[in-house]
Amino acid sequence: MELIDKMFSGDQIALARLITILENQSQSVPEIMKAIYPHIGNAYLLGITGPPGGGKSTLVDELTSIIRRKGLTVGIVAVDPTSPFSGGALLGDRVRMQKHYLDDGVFIRSMATRGSFGGLTNAAKCVIRLLDAFGKDIIIVETVGVGQTELDIIKAVDTVLVVLVPEAGDTIQTMKAGLMEIADIFVVNKADREGAKQMAGELRTMLNDSQKQTYWQVPVMETQANNGIGIDELYAEIEHHRDVLLQTGNLSVRRRRQRESELAEIVERRIKDKIVERIRKEGKFSVLVKKIADGEIDPYSASNEIFSDKEVLRDCFL
Amino acid sequence: MSERDVPIRVLVAKPGLDGHDRGAKVVVKALRDAGMEVIYTGLHQNVDQIVATAIQEDVDVIGLSILNGVHIPISKKLLKKLKEKGVEDKTIIVGGLIPTEEDFEKLKEIGIDGVFPTSTPFDTIVAFIKEKVG
Repeated sequence: MELIDKMFSGDQIALARLITILENQSQSVPEIMKAIYPHIGNAYLLGITGPPGGGKSTLVDELTSIIRRKGLTVGIVAVDPTSPFSGGALLGDRVRMQKHYLDDGVFIRSMATRGSFGGLTNAAKCVIRLLDAFGKDIIIVETVGVGQTELDIIKAVDTVLVVLVPEAGDTIQTMKAGLMEIADIFVVNKADREGAKQMAGELRTMLNDSQKQTYWQVPVMETQANNGIGIDELYAEIEHHRDVLLQTGNLSVRRRRQRESELAEIVERRIKDKIVERIRKEGKFSVLVKKIADGEIDPYSASNEIFSDKEVLRDCFL
Repeated sequence: MSERDVPIRVLVAKPGLDGHDRGAKVVVKALRDAGMEVIYTGLHQNVDQIVATAIQEDVDVIGLSILNGVHIPISKKLLKKLKEKGVEDKTIIVGGLIPTEEDFEKLKEIGIDGVFPTSTPFDTIVAFIKEKVG
């Protein structure tokens, strides 16, 4: 594919177009992934998540400045939610990243979550791989940490930052959202505001009570992203986490686990797509749906009918 | 109007020193509500920044919101820069304060695809984009 050659030669237009193809999950995704796979694994993947308005984009902007000063290049994938009502999305993370628009060493791409069924999760993972193959040293993925899709994307990175603000409420809220388990580093941003110290303290206490790994104690960092305060310390902590992962061999453990779930997801999706396409084509699906609606059969028995139909199984898997 | 199954991507940009982006934000919201993915860049963008963003985001449409009378020079500059970078497949629209019919025609002459002065109904803009890109 000509676009892939162009992308490897450093062409940003080709890179952007390939991202669109991956994002749209079109037919040529397998071809692209096959071509780029030998070139991946060199980038370090950083995920930033947390509730809206916490200052994530501003933090990404500040961290990017530090990374650039170290002479490394950056790819940013900024994910914002799609409206379930209109299907549209406002992708506004760039507003906070203006410093880097003209820096060739920084590539920013905004993505919307679009439909459900893990579509974005998969597309975003492909886009991360592509930026990796393109040669970016550090890839930062930013998502709003509310909802399964966003959490799934974040699980695909090496170091996860969970960004909270004092207004986010007490730490019980954090436990509820499932954010507690995925954080490698907690960031209490807007640390000059009232309640910040208390929140950081509560988080530390809670983390002490529930250390999840023997090799890493999750730290709580206090930052003021819009004043550039605490960012150097935060970046040092990110490097520290990376070093610990490398030294303990846990980076490869973590990545292998991610590859495992990636493969499982791809297989799962292909099976689902094939079966659904096959049964929809014949109208069998709508017949069963009607039966269920009329109360003649329950959905579980209906799915048994599909799975015991030898013709369907043969068409899908042989 | 043909329907495509992926959302149309639009960049809404505020070039130059004009700091009034209420209009731009209202248009952003209308396009989002029409099912588009809208990238908003914030205020005070120069043409180079707009072009770099349009390339990285691989948008279908670039919309400029201009209220301070520089619509013609900015549009010319944008089109020139896009051409230089080899980007010629975008639909370019301009909105805002376009005072005269003459300017209106001039913008079209230099290669702007659609011109939508203040008080244009949102439906007109949405329909135009869908017709052009959809």
